[in-house]
Amino acid sequence: MTTLPMSQVPDERGRFGRFGGRYVPETLFGALEQLEAEYERAINDPAFTHELHALLQTYVGRATPLTHCPQLTAATGGAQIWLKREDLAHTGAHKINNTIGQALLAQRMGKQRIIAETGAGQHGVATATACARFGLSCEVYMGAEDARRQSLNVFRMKLLGAQVNVVETGSRTLKDATNEAMRDWMGSVETTHYILGSVVGPHPFPRIVRDFQSVIGRETREQCLAQIGRLPEAIVACVGGGSNAAGIFYPFVDDVGVELIGVEAGGRSTTAGEHAAPLAHGQPGVLHGSLSYVLQDEFGQTADVHSCSAGLDYPGVGPEHAYWHDAGRVSYTAVSDDAALAAFRCLAETEGLIPALETAHAVAEAIERAARMSPEQHLVVNLSGRGDKDVQEAMRLLGETPKP
Amino acid sequence: MSRIDDIFRQLRREQKAALMPFVTGGYPSLETTREVLPALERAGASIVEIGFPFSDPIADGPVIAASMYESLQRGTTPSGLFECVASLRESLSLGLIAMVSESIVWRIGTDEFVQRAAEAGFDGLIVPDMDPDDANDLYAAVEKADLALSLLIAPTSSEARIRKLVARCRGFVYLLARVGITGESDHTPEIAGQVERLRAMTDLPIAVGFGVSRPEHVRAVTQHADAAIVGSALVRRMGEADDPAGAAETFVRELVTGLATPSHSAS
Repeated sequence: MTTLPMSQVPDERGRFGRFGGRYVPETLFGALEQLEAEYERAINDPAFTHELHALLQTYVGRATPLTHCPQLTAATGGAQIWLKREDLAHTGAHKINNTIGQALLAQRMGKQRIIAETGAGQHGVATATACARFGLSCEVYMGAEDARRQSLNVFRMKLLGAQVNVVETGSRTLKDATNEAMRDWMGSVETTHYILGSVVGPHPFPRIVRDFQSVIGRETREQCLAQIGRLPEAIVACVGGGSNAAGIFYPFVDDVGVELIGVEAGGRSTTAGEHAAPLAHGQPGVLHGSLSYVLQDEFGQTADVHSCSAGLDYPGVGPEHAYWHDAGRVSYTAVSDDAALAAFRCLAETEGLIPALETAHAVAEAIERAARMSPEQHLVVNLSGRGDKDVQEAMRLLGETPKP
Repeated sequence: MSRIDDIFRQLRREQKAALMPFVTGGYPSLETTREVLPALERAGASIVEIGFPFSDPIADGPVIAASMYESLQRGTTPSGLFECVASLRESLSLGLIAMVSESIVWRIGTDEFVQRAAEAGFDGLIVPDMDPDDANDLYAAVEKADLALSLLIAPTSSEARIRKLVARCRGFVYLLARVGITGESDHTPEIAGQVERLRAMTDLPIAVGFGVSRPEHVRAVTQHADAAIVGSALVRRMGEADDPAGAAETFVRELVTGLATPSHSAS
């Protein structure tokens, strides 16, 4: 029996194995089909790929470096730890890789109005940035709880000319912001493009976002070969919806020698409602347009979730992660709020880098894992975002948390 | 499904159209749902859609979304709705349709959900967010249980797409009167062209919903289609009233006065 390489997904129905698909009201189907067709045309159009590449280079600041961490490695006493520095991308996180790409697609489709959902606000800021750059009008939906936690990003979006619509329904976090963005799109679909920020949602979003984010993994691959002389033993990334992880993992999924580790938000405990780890504690189900792992009750109602980081505070995960999980290609683990906060502080002290709270989950796992590896081995962490946005929230949380 | 077929067959013979009110299951309480179904039958409804409350209803506007949230807060479950319908089934001649997200159907299990719905006395399902590419199991299950099944058809659906969707419908098709989410509208729906296009592709009765909120809207819809679906306008009145079932009965009596003779009956 011959099997296709793991990278040959999704199929033409938007399926990653059995996951993915297009579970949306029919009203959205036309726009999804249009997006899929335009995306196919665009990636086969040298003018598009050239413009995207130029923007990533001269506006976003790519390639982002691969940084060795001598101090953290010494403190850990194990594998060489490297950071893929998405925190140095314009706006301070990887989200911009996708928003620039999708804004270009929106222009090609003649859509002048953009909507987006945001959790931590990084995707909202990245969308508002791309819209400012291309002269598109922009509305961002954000849960009221997240707007409180991330007030700095709310102001940044407004500075960039975006309208921020604060969502007071449901749990008032990322899932509810996503609901409102989809409702808006149901009525505005002919003139509006929805820039979804993660590898979730109906086909073709999981594929498009993965592809635009895969620049992270392609660069990492080249940089490892140049700086280490070979591929690393392991790559670690945090997973909420899973866009930064999909971006760095995807170019490595066919390299069976590279271990890939996704880190979900373990929150306060493994009790339902106290974490945001659908791959660790959930089961397959349908949410926001695709079949993937979700946190639901026994009747399919979306469960409450918790994480100290707004960007991981989501009850679902991208369908490609579900596929990698079930195939055993990526191992997924969960890191608690406390461990993430300890890593947040540790990376600042040892390497002079303040990571986003989301990213700190990956750093915590990397420190543990590297300690069990030998100094001849190499481990790469996707440093998906910088932590300036989190400093205020971290101050509040560290005040309540015993010093690590 | 024989009941849904019989209802539409009978109406066609009489050159009449159907009023299909939508109520949110368990809103404002399960007791209300128990009272409102007989009230809707008395008022002249032919078929009632019972919305299964869902935590993330992306096709629904503020009125229905809030009613679902409140119903869930009160602890409404699919089992509760099945029991409610089962206890009333024998006393009602209404057709009963479950409007339910695929998230709920998938989690409970397609075969089990369909079987339990049929046992409770439901005559069919509308699954508004179903992926038709993944609907084989669902279609097989409703066929086996002899229930109706309807996926949504949008004004923006292409002919090829409509053919695919219609092939996954039994009993009737659900045509959206407009682009957008559920909610009341001041505009009279203009659906003649859409219905005509759909008639060329299917013989199934056509029900039209989204933005149908007044007797004159019901008239505009049923001059062409076989049934008019009214949701938000009814759910809002039920939420505002001290006697939700009574308010529903009064409003549906008004809506029924708008029923016209569908174009299909002439043919």
